[in-house]
Amino acid sequence: MSILVYIEAINGNFKKAAYELCNYGCKLAESMSTQCIALTNADSSVAQKLSNYGADKIVNFSHEALHDSKMMTKLISDFAKANDASVVILADNSRGKSLLGRIATRMDGSVVSSVTTLPDLTNQFAVDKSLFSGKSVGTFQMVSNFKIISVSRNSIGVQEISKPSNVETFDASSYSSDVSLVETTRVQGTVPLPEAELVVSAGRGMKGPENWGIIEELAETLGATTACSRPVSDSGWRPHHEHVGQTGIAIKPNLYIAIGISGAIQHLAGVNNSKTIVVINKDSEAPFFKAADYGVVADLFDVVPRLNESLKKFKEG
Amino acid sequence: MNLLVCISKTPETTAKISFNADSTEFNTEGIQYIMNPYDEWYALVRAIELQEAMGGKVVVINVGPAENDIVIRKALAIGADEAIRIDGEAKSASYVAKQIAEYAKDKSFDMILLGKESIDYNGSLVGAMIAEYLDLPFLSYASKMKLEGNEATVTCDIEGGVEVLKLQIPFVVSASKGMAEQRIPNMRGIMMSKKKPLEVIGPVDFSAKEQITKYQLPAEKSGVRLIDPQDMDELVRLLHEEAKVI
Ligand SMILES: Cc1cc2nc3c(=O)[nH]c(=O)nc-3n(C[C@H](O)[C@H](O)[C@H](O)COP(=O)(O)OP(=O)(O)OC[C@H]3O[C@@H](n4cnc5c(N)ncnc54)[C@H](O)[C@@H]3O)c2cc1C
Repeated sequence: MSILVYIEAINGNFKKAAYELCNYGCKLAESMSTQCIALTNADSSVAQKLSNYGADKIVNFSHEALHDSKMMTKLISDFAKANDASVVILADNSRGKSLLGRIATRMDGSVVSSVTTLPDLTNQFAVDKSLFSGKSVGTFQMVSNFKIISVSRNSIGVQEISKPSNVETFDASSYSSDVSLVETTRVQGTVPLPEAELVVSAGRGMKGPENWGIIEELAETLGATTACSRPVSDSGWRPHHEHVGQTGIAIKPNLYIAIGISGAIQHLAGVNNSKTIVVINKDSEAPFFKAADYGVVADLFDVVPRLNESLKKFKEG
Repeated sequence: MNLLVCISKTPETTAKISFNADSTEFNTEGIQYIMNPYDEWYALVRAIELQEAMGGKVVVINVGPAENDIVIRKALAIGADEAIRIDGEAKSASYVAKQIAEYAKDKSFDMILLGKESIDYNGSLVGAMIAEYLDLPFLSYASKMKLEGNEATVTCDIEGGVEVLKLQIPFVVSASKGMAEQRIPNMRGIMMSKKKPLEVIGPVDFSAKEQITKYQLPAEKSGVRLIDPQDMDELVRLLHEEAKVI
């Protein structure tokens, strides 16, 4: 038996979430008295880093078509069978979501996405998952022999766990793809919103797209990623990928600063799992204040530039 | 173009989420339902656009009880041509996917579309599962799709960017924001929807392999601490010393 973790390197490197995923596999393997195998597309030198995060065995492969869920499902399922894996663990990101259901179907297993806890082995492998875009949490029992889950970021944290493992290579050349990749574009410079620890978000209180300078400056001072409410992206003031909420991206950063956002239930759904929430709104009755840790009742055009100055002073400290 | 669009029914977005006394069941009392926004706004509308441009038909499919017909009729009012309801209880993603795959397997649809996730269970599983049952490519989180002949160019959202992929039909695709613009059904659409065919078929046997045993609400915030707007240094201090987030 084994636990298999599929860990994808982005542009050749691992992000923090990759190590957390490896930790998760290691902890689960320990509690089931078995080994944790990490399967990765990273080069051997990068793949080796997983030995510091609990992988008992590291296997790398190289392939052009990681974007092809059909091919990758075959590859991961074949590998899982060959290594007698009873649990497969994926990242809870766009890639993981394209594979999760497929692998579950192919392997006829139990599946839960966006898992936030380690399985409870005394209760039918029960795991927690956020539901209703963050408005509630459900506990799922997984009853099949084979199980597959995607694990949310910041669920168990990252810890160094050294193992004496070496990297072996898996020959993936026999897998072919009929989906071709034309190009990949990534926003340069900032952390992508789903991965951001610090987020500065603004709403219709901004009055118009021409006023976003103060938001961008604040985000830059903090090293934060910018987000917005739905009407703001619907009106084309900001790009769609900044839209957070029940019908946008659900996020859980350490710090969420909401500026000129009323706090409608659909907006809160996507952000209420943030660790600390700061709300800046001129209306003391705005519903967002009920979900906030810190509030400033004031005109944003007055207070945001001053908050930026205070932060700069703090950073220069 | 023969297009199949999977639609699900979800609680309306302002619905108050609560559970029964022992937290084992979602409390449906007083809950209003809507078509899952990702299915409606993006997958369905994009399918209708393709049908308008290239001919063929748009079939919508839902797994669920007769109460769901109201949501299905709305899809017909927006512009779908026909509807199928599989009369089973949508207990899990795998159950729903199995039913839809069984229906679709000998119908040679050119494309199967659905929203990137449902806004209640947020599983993002059904599309991938259908694709695996039917051995088709699956693209997730598509925010743009162009079709030339049998070749599609699809832009998929990834963390902090996009991936542009090319492939041949048939395939399964899940839609995210950007794929199309929401359409409001007009009077004519609503009238016509009553005459469009809605076929009800029985489910195939399938038992789910996972079950929800308990629900919880997220921990409540202890209350907001208001900061003097004149003293932003104090807010910075609290974020650093108390919240420890900067
Ligand atoms: C099916 C459905 C799904 C939805 N999904 C989402 C979603 O995913 N995400 C989302 O965000 N919304 C969503 N919505 C929309 C949601 O209901 C709200 O309409 C939206 O969040 C409001 O955006 P807002 O807070 O920016 O604007 P408003 O509600 O207009 O709020 C603006 C706020 O700015 C404040 N303000 C104005 N001027 C100033 C100033 N000078 N200084 C300080 N404060 C100021 C006002 O007091 C007000 O509180 C959805 C709606 C529906 C029906």
